[in-house]
Amino acid sequence: MTSVRTRRERSRRPIDEYLLSEHQLEEMYYYILLARRLNERMLALNRQGRAAFVIAGAGQEAAQVGAAMALQKGVDFVAPYYRDLGVNLVLGMTAREAMLNLLGKRDDPNSHGRQMPAHWGSVARRVVTQSSVVTTQFPHAVGIALAAKLCKDPIVVMASCGEGSTSRGDFHESLNFAAIHHLPVIFFVENNGYAISERTEKEMPLEHVADRARGYGMQSAVVDGMDGIAVYQTVRPAVDQARRGGGPFLIEAKCYRLWPHSSDDDDSRYRPKKELEEWSRKDPVKLFRERVESDGIFPREDLDEIERRVEEEVREAAQWALMQPDPEPEDALTFVYREA
Amino acid sequence: MPGATVIEAVRVTLEEVMGQDDRVFIIGEDVEAGGVFRATEGLAAKYPGRVIDSPLAESSIIGISVGAAHYGMKPVAEIQFADFIHAGFDQLCSEASRWCYRTRGEAHLPMVVRTPWGGGVHGGQHHSQSIEAYYTHLPGLKVIAPSFPADYRSLLKAAIADPNPVLFLEHKRTYRMVRQDLATEPGESRIGRARVTRRGDDLTIYAYGLMLHESLAAAETLSRDGIECTVVDLLTLLPLDLETILEAARAPGKVLVVHEDTLTGGFGGEIAALVAEHAFEYLDAPVRRLAAPDVPAMPYHHNLESFFMPDREKIARAARELAAY
Ligand SMILES: Cc1ncc(C[n+]2csc(CCOP(=O)(O)OP(=O)(O)O)c2C)c(N)n1
Ligand SMILES: [Mg+2]
Repeated sequence: MTSVRTRRERSRRPIDEYLLSEHQLEEMYYYILLARRLNERMLALNRQGRAAFVIAGAGQEAAQVGAAMALQKGVDFVAPYYRDLGVNLVLGMTAREAMLNLLGKRDDPNSHGRQMPAHWGSVARRVVTQSSVVTTQFPHAVGIALAAKLCKDPIVVMASCGEGSTSRGDFHESLNFAAIHHLPVIFFVENNGYAISERTEKEMPLEHVADRARGYGMQSAVVDGMDGIAVYQTVRPAVDQARRGGGPFLIEAKCYRLWPHSSDDDDSRYRPKKELEEWSRKDPVKLFRERVESDGIFPREDLDEIERRVEEEVREAAQWALMQPDPEPEDALTFVYREA
Repeated sequence: MPGATVIEAVRVTLEEVMGQDDRVFIIGEDVEAGGVFRATEGLAAKYPGRVIDSPLAESSIIGISVGAAHYGMKPVAEIQFADFIHAGFDQLCSEASRWCYRTRGEAHLPMVVRTPWGGGVHGGQHHSQSIEAYYTHLPGLKVIAPSFPADYRSLLKAAIADPNPVLFLEHKRTYRMVRQDLATEPGESRIGRARVTRRGDDLTIYAYGLMLHESLAAAETLSRDGIECTVVDLLTLLPLDLETILEAARAPGKVLVVHEDTLTGGFGGEIAALVAEHAFEYLDAPVRRLAAPDVPAMPYHHNLESFFMPDREKIARAARELAAY
């Protein structure tokens, strides 16, 4: 799914410095909205007792969609993290597949019910299978980039994580290696202000994760993660540069986690209400709509039409997924090893 | 002296496989210069760009190999000493061993991690360790621990050809201790097969690595005293060759498991359990384990080290007791 059909045929003329056509803007809005509505429906299913666990990306959708749209689908690799539903949607995951994943269904393409929800992976879409152990995917991204370099394949790899995860050794070992070997890796950090209950001050003695790049002689940038267009316009040049052999890049998108850490978390224990209220005004879904509407890029009816389509898509996907088969118990014994 | 040592077998195998398949590359500390044990000597010059010096960061050596294997390359990572692999445990345990399983076979990792293990070299706590007990607890990974040069060659080849992650353990004390003519000795080329190295009716000894050689020496001595041992070279520790293990236990009916790792939670417990579980009716004595004592690690000084390590005398003593049971 690349775009939502609306009444008017859209022009593909770039309207911004880094090649965002009206068509792409529409696409961006669609994915941002789809990610949010899917997460809302997932949480509802959790509250109804139909889904054991939800971990969502509310507040980070614009960052995810903006970054993923800067990649070449089916060519570039991503090693995402659990909140990156938006990234996966851009790369081709359907609403139905997202719901299969939530429910751990037999046909979930990510892990067929073998992993918790939001542990992504697709060979065809070049999404690297991901575990719960944060930042272990960083060396994988670097290894893919190293392999591609050995094969002289002009691909880029994007690895993403939260700011709290940048304290782990795998993060640092990966930046170090990628910088030494000048590998085409975009390290994309979605700084949402919290690692479960721990605020950034407890995670690192720096204001910006991006400053960690200096220790590895790596370029970096900080971008407003609530603004999908700004994220795209920051990530895209870094991707292009990496593809040309310009080496790795660390990008920090300043976001905010609008929801509790997960469906099992009670954030009232540690989060000031006022802070949440302030950040809610910068909700990326709202912000994006306001921007394209006030800029006069899209008439209100078009945006309403996208909303309706997304709502319908999500509703249908949930209903459909609930009826899909569960894994057979004995399936637990299969695929321990790959047969030679 | 004729024939190749273990380290020569490893080196020539890497050289040969790299010549046959340009997806194979080597990554590790000091590998461009040949590595501290010279397993990769001359390979950087012969295969430019395919022998890659890594920074001193074990988790990333393994994690980067995971990524490269996912892309379709065949990385052969070297961890300089097995004692330092634990920083990469997470990458082997949480990632590599589960890759195929968690994608339900959609993805897989043709990668090898080679590492020198074992004691008897005055390496103290952190250059002597046996690590197999930790890593054989990871279904999805394969763990190989040969003893003879020809098996090093055939099984290293098989490990690199295997579509799964393989931990290839090289006993460093044996690197230059044994020789074999690689032209006439084909070696075992099937991962997951053990070999009965010697047949005898009185008892069966299971071992791998240096302890296999010590067990064979003990069996020689015992034979002069009329005690005949079957000696099983386990070769692959995960997955185990249950059939050969049980078959070897049945006729003698007495079993001694030897390893140089400490006793509790050591790999020998697994062999003992399998024999007790599946060959109980054939047993004429309790299953016996000979291992290092339960102290945190192998100590340095010769007196302490040799007290810690099982050897041919200790094996012979344990075997005599068992034979007399
Ligand atoms: C290695 C590891 N330690 C602890 C956890 C438990 N855990 C899951 S998410 C999380 C916080 C991560 O924070 P951050 O990196 O900022 O990402 P965010 O959840 O905020 O998006 C923790 C501690 C884990 N999954 N992995
Ligand atoms: Mg965070």
